[in-house]
Amino acid sequence: MNGMLGTFVVIVRRDLTLALRRGTDVLTTLFFFVIVASLFPLGVGSEKELLRFLGPGVVWVAALLASMLALERLFASDYADGTLEQMLLTPQPLSVLVLGKVVAHWLLTGLPLALIAPLLGLQYGLEGASLGVMALALLLGTPVLSLIGAIGAALTLGLRGGGILLSLLVLPLYIPVLVYGAGAVTVSAIDLADVQPFMALLGAFLILALAFAPLATAAALRISVE
Amino acid sequence: MKFNWFRFSSPATFYGLAGRLAPWSAALALLTGALALYWGFFETPDRLGGSNPQKEYYRIIFIHVASAWLSMWLYVVLAAWSAIGLVFNTRLSYMMAVSVAPTGAIFTFLALFTGSFWGRPSWGTWWDWDPRLTSELILFFLYVGYLALHSAIDDARRADRASALLAIVGLVCVPVIFWSINCPDPNQCAALHQRSSMSQIDGNILFAMLTLTFSFWMYSFYTSFHRVRNIILLREADTTWVNEQLAREGGA
Repeated sequence: MNGMLGTFVVIVRRDLTLALRRGTDVLTTLFFFVIVASLFPLGVGSEKELLRFLGPGVVWVAALLASMLALERLFASDYADGTLEQMLLTPQPLSVLVLGKVVAHWLLTGLPLALIAPLLGLQYGLEGASLGVMALALLLGTPVLSLIGAIGAALTLGLRGGGILLSLLVLPLYIPVLVYGAGAVTVSAIDLADVQPFMALLGAFLILALAFAPLATAAALRISVE
Repeated sequence: MKFNWFRFSSPATFYGLAGRLAPWSAALALLTGALALYWGFFETPDRLGGSNPQKEYYRIIFIHVASAWLSMWLYVVLAAWSAIGLVFNTRLSYMMAVSVAPTGAIFTFLALFTGSFWGRPSWGTWWDWDPRLTSELILFFLYVGYLALHSAIDDARRADRASALLAIVGLVCVPVIFWSINCPDPNQCAALHQRSSMSQIDGNILFAMLTLTFSFWMYSFYTSFHRVRNIILLREADTTWVNEQLAREGGA
């Protein structure tokens, strides 16, 4: 296999293999998500109406935090053992390598979040179609989070206090996804037909992020590792 | 006469130019600021509007609007210098970007702060999750992120280029964030903050507002020139011209 698609597949497969050999990393993100979402009912009280009202937002904010915390690992180990430098030297376009890494990262963090979210939705008393909408919105939204977050992860590579700095850079940029992701779930409880524009916008964000974020991340990596 | 456009793109020559321009900008900022405040306090009507008029407290408009404008424009300036730096690889552009950022952050904070003091008497609340207020808050976060990233990296070259990239990514995202909070259907979310109504504004108020905006611009020039001089001295501390310069200024 060669060409850009080949490179992409090789990177995705490599990162998946590496991560699955140390499976706990995947589970930590997932459990962080579940724990944060379970803390809110304990903090604000367990009234059904209140929880149904808060549910979409809380689950989305928890997903934002979980995917942000996982970002630190995106380039860190490759940077530590020098693999990243080798990747920068390869003749293949760096943005394709970056896209491969981000996709693998999303498969390990974003996808599990989206799949388990309906369970959390049940805890918040969401019903029927809303659960499906929540999973679908997270499926469209979490890749955008990974793509935007990759820029921040590349910029803060190897810095002291990188994790907290990363949140400062990345969280403001996550806002559109949060607004429309949580909005879709809220609207779906009233009228399912109204969900469509929210999904269309999330899809548009995904396409834009897919097109531009890998380029920006590649540029950021070249700045950080030189 | 042939003018060399790149003469002042070297830190050594720009240091002198910034030093000559800084006092002028400071003087202009003070003069126009005093004029604008006088005009705003004494030459404008005491109350605004019809049935439910805004009384004296509306006068915060002069500072509020001027700093809100500056907060947005300075971010564009910051991103522009960052882009020029990344494209042409000129050191001075990054230094300018870094010098503009704190002033921009201060104006953003000032716009939020004065806005909340204006909101209390006129809306009855210090804060509201209104689209305009929220996007201004996010603009503040972007400034903070830029400054935090720049100060977290010790290597000056990497700090400059990394934060420049962040500024440009932020500039691309600002419209998206603005429109995502400013929801497309006005029936679904009411906005407290009125839209811009420059055309209906009283002439005296407009005069004071524009004069104060000009004063704030001059203030931004002054602080940026001042900061960029410091940055130049720090970064070029090992060069001979800095040592000669410092000896001439009779300083250290």
